[in-house]
Amino acid sequence: MEHILEMRNISKSFGEVQALHDVNFAIAPGEVVGLLGDNGAGKSTLIKIVTGYHQPDPNGGEIYFKGRRIEGLSVSEARKLGIETVYQERALADLQTLWRNIFMGRELTTFLGFIDVKKMRRETEKLMVGSMGFTSAAVAPDSVVKTFSGGEKQGVAIVRALYFDAELIILDEPTMGLSLSETKKLLEFVRGIKEAGKACIFIDHNVFHVYSVADRVVVLDRGTVAGEFLTKDITLEQLMDKMYRVAQTGHLE
Amino acid sequence: MTHNQTETAASKPSWRNRIGKLVRHYGLQIGITCVLLVIWGLFVLGAPQTFLQPNIYAAYMSTIPFFAVIALPLTLIVIAGEMDLSFPSIMGVGMVAFTAVWSLTDSVGLAFIASLLAGALVGFLNGVIVVRLGIPSLVATVGTQFFWRGVVLVLTNAGGVSLVPLKQTPLRQALVGRVGGYLPAQMIWAIVVAVLVWVFLNRHRFGAHVYLIGDNVESARLMGVNVDRTRMINFAILGMAAAFGGVLSSLEQSYFWVSLGDGYLLKTMASVFLGGTSVFGGVGTVYGTFIGCLIIGAIEAGIVAVGKVEIFGLVLRLSGFWTQLIYGLIIVISVSLQNILSRRLSR
Ligand SMILES: Nc1ncnc2c1ncn2[C@@H]1O[C@H](COP(=O)(O)OP(=O)(O)OP(=O)(O)O)[C@@H](O)[C@H]1O
Ligand SMILES: [Mg+2]
Repeated sequence: MEHILEMRNISKSFGEVQALHDVNFAIAPGEVVGLLGDNGAGKSTLIKIVTGYHQPDPNGGEIYFKGRRIEGLSVSEARKLGIETVYQERALADLQTLWRNIFMGRELTTFLGFIDVKKMRRETEKLMVGSMGFTSAAVAPDSVVKTFSGGEKQGVAIVRALYFDAELIILDEPTMGLSLSETKKLLEFVRGIKEAGKACIFIDHNVFHVYSVADRVVVLDRGTVAGEFLTKDITLEQLMDKMYRVAQTGHLE
Repeated sequence: MTHNQTETAASKPSWRNRIGKLVRHYGLQIGITCVLLVIWGLFVLGAPQTFLQPNIYAAYMSTIPFFAVIALPLTLIVIAGEMDLSFPSIMGVGMVAFTAVWSLTDSVGLAFIASLLAGALVGFLNGVIVVRLGIPSLVATVGTQFFWRGVVLVLTNAGGVSLVPLKQTPLRQALVGRVGGYLPAQMIWAIVVAVLVWVFLNRHRFGAHVYLIGDNVESARLMGVNVDRTRMINFAILGMAAAFGGVLSSLEQSYFWVSLGDGYLLKTMASVFLGGTSVFGGVGTVYGTFIGCLIIGAIEAGIVAVGKVEIFGLVLRLSGFWTQLIYGLIIVISVSLQNILSRRLSR
């Protein structure tokens, strides 16, 4: 299977802290990979290397996107390649309007960098009615995000990642703060991504969520890959057992 | 509320709703405009013989642009969550470049271009210090403000340059001449700068990024905004604007004083903050700053002219000394009002 993304021997340190050590990771189109691991295991760090926010250490491994070696990737380059992300920190600008948040860093332009405000407002309106399903009357394209509820903010971050028709969508704890019905909708979205033949990296502490959408699960532990398996090969109980064991011993078996 | 209900609410064309929405969106701008009108009204009441004839407005429009062309791009810096205290010195640096190139080449055009480039370069260096060395801009520009003032003094040997020979040149006519014998050309330039800054802030990716990095720089980085480049361009633009303001002011007076820029720091910053731009970044408008400049300029021009005001039978004798006191009062009052207003407006 041709991988859309392949990472080989990735290492990343922050000063004294080695967040990732020799991590290998790959994902194919049409695949949903769940990334599991304890707090501080290095999940967010790994995906921030994919999004171009972090650089691996010097000689800290290689990244291939669609078979092509990528070096010194920046966030905007990654987005142009077709990688969109819902970050754990949500990455919103609270004092700005909804449409400015949706198009943050990837504004729709006409020529020479002049932005198409009308179009961005219109698209935002469509997204609100369509994918976001915002039901509060207080929300409009020109509403300031500061006053949104936690779930609404998360909805903005999710819709933003889905808008640009990305080939690899990364979701870092996307269900955080979502209601039961919103969570269900999100998991449907993830299945939709897979059906559209796109790839998705799905990080969530809720094993049920991961198990229900992922084809494959990669378990990170203290910066290394502790193991990986296909969800069709194990039951949910086995997966939960393994997760407890990793948390206690650092080993899957 | 369901989709249906929103539609019925919208189909009832309630004027109160619509006005309420306008006020919520433009509250600060409306507020600052009212402050300007009140001040102007007081001056007209206080000295009708002065304020009901055009001369005072000509004088007024000749001085405001010198700091307005700087306050407008300074708004971008403040919205981006930064500060620049070095622009008064950059005004001097620009004129040093101007006079040097003028005496070398005898071309005012080249001299003008040189001053703008020198300003942009110095501003860019501010940006480099802030971005590459990670020094907070407030701290960095306290330093560069002294440094560039020092450079001006050393290079000129603290001696000014007469610009009287430029009096009849087309460039001077275009920059600070009197259109129709009345309207100071610099006022037109201030408006041009306001329009340019507005367009770049509101209709260009650069301005969108200025708002984003001032609001939440981490979010902006995560979403791929080139924070460093935006900051550096911002400082370079302000540097160029400072040089432009310096050229306007020097050409108007037909003399380059080495102290050029003294007294500009606080009134330029005051215009920006009066206009509702937040020190915390992420919020601010070009319109607000423009009105802020008009207010600051009005107080400066007005108080001396009024001399004596009678309010509710109370006679106040005003001298130039009063300027500072009233400046202070108006700034504190209107900034407080804005704070209250903006808290009310955000639900
Ligand atoms: N910018 C940073 N500077 C310093 N250390 C960092 C930085 N980012 C992450 N770390 C460290 O790297 C390690 C891995 O962090 P990371 O955020 O990747 O964990 P995680 O698996 O996403 O955890 P969680 O489930 O809590 O989100 C942690 O020890 C963290 O403290
Ligand atoms: Mg994380």
